[in-house]
Amino acid sequence: MVSGTIIGIIIGAVVLLFVIYIYNSLIKLKMRASNAWSQIDVQLKRRYDLIPNLVNTVKGYMKHEKGVLEEVTKARTSLMSGSMQAKAKANNQITEALKSIFAVAENYPQLKASENFRILQEELSGTESKIAYARQFYNDTVMQLNQAIQSFPTNIFAKLFGAQQREFFEAAEGERKNVKVEF
Amino acid sequence: MGLYEEIAGNKRRTFLLLFFFFGLVVFLGLVIGLMYGNQYFGLGLALVIGVVYFLISYFAGSSMILSMTGAREATKPEYTHLINTVEGLAVAAGLPKPPKVYVIDDSALNAFATGRDPEHATITVTTGLLQKMNRLELEGVIAHEMSHIKNFDIRVMMLAAVLVGLTVLLSDFLLRSFLWGGKRDREQNQLGVVLIIVGIALAILAPLIGELIKLSVSRKREFLADASGALLTRYPKGLADALRKIKHDPDPLVDKANKATAHLFISMPFRHDGKTSLMQNLFSTHPPIEERIKRLEGM
Repeated sequence: MVSGTIIGIIIGAVVLLFVIYIYNSLIKLKMRASNAWSQIDVQLKRRYDLIPNLVNTVKGYMKHEKGVLEEVTKARTSLMSGSMQAKAKANNQITEALKSIFAVAENYPQLKASENFRILQEELSGTESKIAYARQFYNDTVMQLNQAIQSFPTNIFAKLFGAQQREFFEAAEGERKNVKVEF
Repeated sequence: MGLYEEIAGNKRRTFLLLFFFFGLVVFLGLVIGLMYGNQYFGLGLALVIGVVYFLISYFAGSSMILSMTGAREATKPEYTHLINTVEGLAVAAGLPKPPKVYVIDDSALNAFATGRDPEHATITVTTGLLQKMNRLELEGVIAHEMSHIKNFDIRVMMLAAVLVGLTVLLSDFLLRSFLWGGKRDREQNQLGVVLIIVGIALAILAPLIGELIKLSVSRKREFLADASGALLTRYPKGLADALRKIKHDPDPLVDKANKATAHLFISMPFRHDGKTSLMQNLFSTHPPIEERIKRLEGM
């Protein structure tokens, strides 16, 4: 009788500890994911801030390539507002557009020689790889979170605690080719 | 993705290492005390020296290492690319803040990371490395160092160095006391005599054991840092190419490196003559470069 109660208490305690453990690990994954997301946001903001400088620097030289510059400026606004998908899409557009701006710059020796332009180019490509790394880290984290939420027995508790899956930071494959750069 | 488990394991091993050496230090102190007829004196001495030694290296260790190797802080715009690479990989590793970047003016190809935790970490590369590596290879090397930081290897290695140093110091002290004096024999009881004999045996062996433990920890860390570095760049070939360049570099010698800092570098900063003997393997701070390249290319 007494031993039955003791065994009952022990089982109860073990179950309770298990639930606490699952809850805490879900919270940890969730925090890690939102922290990873803010890392992306920081870099997107940096890119957002750098673009006007670039546009101002190259504007004087690239009279004939207005289209690219407008493309960048337009995409820039959606970098800081809108859904995650919209941000991802804008980010890809900018990456493509910047690529063509830097390619075009090869034709302007004066621009290429400008110290200001050189620094901007290094900063922007640095930011681009930081965004790529931040996205990689974020997507890994989200994968761990989603995996935990979907697998048994965590899925039962995840539903109970209302843990949500998060979406990956990437544009759909079809949208990536969307950028048309015309000269 | 067993990386988080690896980090947890690393912290556990650090604790075990710390605990083991702490026991050793206390025991050596006790024996020193027994020799002078008052075990509390020896114990107190060992503890005070231990705590002071530990605090100094914990808080000033990395700046001592940096000045020992003659490193200077890398600044923009001269090293913009290097700093950007470090910051990018810090983001990839999910570090709370990017480590500080230093350079050593040396034509050799080498790099190391140090610090007590990811928030107080530094990455140092030689200027030779910056000149001779392409972008992908540099990323590989930095990712390797970033992994040392993220996996808390920098702390393990720093503590290992400190504790081995302390053990050597105390063992030396004990052996000297045994040879030159202390109140011994006559008033000692049997337990004391046994303890002293064991202590002396330990004092002879401890520095060697400590060194071997430190080395085996260091070698395991290198493989793990290669692997998790490759996980950061998603491009193992970058680091493999970098290691190959380092291997074929005619001047593998960092002038400022010595035995105390050797285990920190990405590759052994001493001249390698190609062949490795058992003795060399046993006392090497790094696994052979060919082995590391092979593992990276097998990923």
